[in-house]
Amino acid sequence: GDFKPPIKEYPSKIAQVQLGDGSRKPVFLGGQNSLYRFEEPQPNPPVVTFDVFDIPMPGLPRPIREHFSDVMESPGEWAKKAVKDYGANLVTMHLIGTGPKVMDKSPREGAQAVEEVLQAVDVPLVIGASGDPIKDPPVLEAAAETAEGERCLLASANMDLDYHRLAKAAVDYDHAVLSWAITDVNMQKSLNKYLMKDGLKQEDIVMDPTTCALGYGIEFSIDVITRTRLGGLKGDPDLQMPMSSGTTNAWGSREAWMKKEEWGPTDYRGPLWEIFTGLTLMLNGVDIFMMLHPDSVRILREIGETFTK
Amino acid sequence: MAKVTAMDVYKLLPQTNCGDCGEASCMAFATKLSEKKADLILCTELDDKSFKKLDNLLVPAVKEILIGKDDKAKIIGGDEVLYRYEESYYNQTLFAIDLPDDLEESEFNERIKTIENIEFERTGELLKLDAIALRNKSEDPSKFAEAAKKLKSSKYPVFLVTLDPIAMQKALEVIGGDRSLMYAATKDNLFEMAELAKEYDCPLTVFSPGDIEKMKDLVFTLRSNGIDDIVLDPGTLTGEAIGDTLDNFVMSRRLAIEDKDEDFRFPLLGVPALVRLNNEDDEVKNGTMEATIASTLMNKYADVLILKGTDIWELIPILTLRQSLYTDPRKPQAVDPGIYEFGDVNENSPVLLTTNFALTYYTVEGDLKSGNASTYLLVLDTIGKAVDVAIAGGQFDGKAVADLVKKCGIEDKVKTRKMIIPGLAAPLSGEIEDETGWDVMVGPRDSSAVPDFIDEKF
Ligand code: B12
Ligand code: SF4
Repeated sequence: GDFKPPIKEYPSKIAQVQLGDGSRKPVFLGGQNSLYRFEEPQPNPPVVTFDVFDIPMPGLPRPIREHFSDVMESPGEWAKKAVKDYGANLVTMHLIGTGPKVMDKSPREGAQAVEEVLQAVDVPLVIGASGDPIKDPPVLEAAAETAEGERCLLASANMDLDYHRLAKAAVDYDHAVLSWAITDVNMQKSLNKYLMKDGLKQEDIVMDPTTCALGYGIEFSIDVITRTRLGGLKGDPDLQMPMSSGTTNAWGSREAWMKKEEWGPTDYRGPLWEIFTGLTLMLNGVDIFMMLHPDSVRILREIGETFTK
Repeated sequence: MAKVTAMDVYKLLPQTNCGDCGEASCMAFATKLSEKKADLILCTELDDKSFKKLDNLLVPAVKEILIGKDDKAKIIGGDEVLYRYEESYYNQTLFAIDLPDDLEESEFNERIKTIENIEFERTGELLKLDAIALRNKSEDPSKFAEAAKKLKSSKYPVFLVTLDPIAMQKALEVIGGDRSLMYAATKDNLFEMAELAKEYDCPLTVFSPGDIEKMKDLVFTLRSNGIDDIVLDPGTLTGEAIGDTLDNFVMSRRLAIEDKDEDFRFPLLGVPALVRLNNEDDEVKNGTMEATIASTLMNKYADVLILKGTDIWELIPILTLRQSLYTDPRKPQAVDPGIYEFGDVNENSPVLLTTNFALTYYTVEGDLKSGNASTYLLVLDTIGKAVDVAIAGGQFDGKAVADLVKKCGIEDKVKTRKMIIPGLAAPLSGEIEDETGWDVMVGPRDSSAVPDFIDEKF
């Protein structure tokens, strides 16, 4: 028979989320009406956001540390280096130091670090807290207020903390929210529903379906991400948001960081572990990647652009 | 077309419930067939016509192709779905390594040895390469045949890589076919290659770089000439064009699975090794890019990949991704719960506790072995969940540990009543002590530190 490209019709569209406004150059996520560019031109390439921390992060593996050791004392300089030297589309400011078991910095101190980064670079910001369910809401509220009008992504709302406060901060100061569920489509739907009840729209939400790293359950992430994207395109309003990956999780895998003669140098396999983790999730629908290693960031961004151009 | 259901199969069975196939009823047998858990020949009541019909119905959307002979044989293809959550992908991607025919004898043999010896152990599985892709780089047919002859005794099946039918014939002759994968037929040599494929009964790759419409044409011609063992290479275009490659792979597989287009129902082959040709970059950049392309194509349907790099840092991620993609999404990856022993144990040996998630168990096992530890390891049934996943999910608590201690008989094996638990399980130490009556020692967070920990504390 004759050849006809297998193009499918999808009843619905993924919402487009804008990050960055005010003094930032905006970046757009999502907006797809199909899975692949051969079906329909893809509106936005996948983007990478560089991880920056408010403390010098003693635990970072050496292959990363050696690129940033000169700037780790200053989040502003760190962010500048990520943007200037390594071409970051965005920067993620992780307020790890606010963790009660880390340095227990106050929400005000967290907000100051955010202010410093906002001054240092003009790319949009993702703002993450420490992951403490009690402390995160006030920390993110203070950061949201400081960054009013800059349209940041607040990371993250989840079922274990008072997500109403996050939603309210996002609405009050015009930010978007990262909605994080642990590899569970139904939990993701519920959380998105609640956030939308609190006044957020699809255009204000990015989903984090959880990144299990290569070899550490990446197949769970693949399955959930595939189902989420297909669900969105097929018309489920609770899944029609772009997706994010905490690709940095890859560095928690032994094969990325552990020194072992018979596995070859970590300098090479570490970045590959991060690339494989991100790329695999990109091919299944993720739109924004939080990453650490300059080479991984560059390769993922370049290849991501060729998939959507 | 939708997936074949048990009902579709049942309709074509004799429906006598004679039981000869070993199942209680035809319906039970139909269910097994539709799940690929039984073989059609077990039904003794089928006439030829029904057999053919059923056989046809049960052929997977992507046909299975046999590469290599006897104990070297490997099967590729067999997929039924586009997304692994729907069912599972069948028959892992095959990895072949490029071997140019113009290498010095010693280098040539060395490379074969390297390819055959590469292995990486992960979650109790030994991950290895699969095939050797002999390339007619010399462009000299006799040299190609000579090299092929040396591969007769190799551990792995062979791909014969040349577009020259004369070289192909010479090589097939000395190797005796052996179901080597022929690479490749193009629009320019199609008929000569087809003749050889028939004569030597070897699977044939169709190579149509960047043009799957043409590829369909070529395949149609081959099929019309009675050739059914086909592998498809839509071209691995690298650099900026990798997006086109991805499109071509996805389109080909979609046409096979969703449209059952007969010209696309074959395994797909990619050549990440091409990244390294005509590329001035250093080894590390090349290896990183080759692996990146390999991961792209493996994610989107490649059944065979030809690689050039043999560095272990490049191959570990590739082998790991394959292992992950081909796990069955419906089955937990677990080991049997109970007592495991390492080294020389006696009644005073330390007792460790972990979960039965395969990744957790084998990581701990690897650490205990490489640290030469002598110890008992209690493995808790957490329905295949990692330590903190099981704690968060409620499968790992004091009561469950107490049950395990009672049932497994460890109390008869050791005199001590002291257990080392994973660092991540520290919050449970009190309840484990209460429920078991044992003393609990909180171990390190990562099991790689366990052997040193034992040396220090025992
Ligand atoms: C993959 C994953 C899943 C997979 C499960 C995979 C599986 N089969 O276990 C899925 C998607 C199903 C899942 C589900 C859930 N998960 Co989950 N998951 C993960 C993830 C990403 C990786 C876990 C993993 O594979 N680790 C690798 C293995 C090898 O590690 P391990 O078992 O701990 O073993 C190491 C150590 O413990 C130690 N060790 C092991 N044995 C021993 C023994 C001794 C004696 C010693 C000394 C040391 C030792 O050495 C090992 C090697 O380093 C982690 C996050 C992360 N990056 O760790 C979250 C994580 C564990 N999950 C989490 C949660 C909350 C859940 C859920 C409860 C979510 C929900 N609300 O439904 C469910 C629970 C499901 C259930 N049990 O019913 C949380 C746990 C938080 C906490 N600590 O309380 C985590 C940490 C994510 C997070 N940051 O929130 N999860
Ligand atoms: S052998 Fe055939 S006819 Fe007999 S029970 Fe099995 S499927 Fe039915």
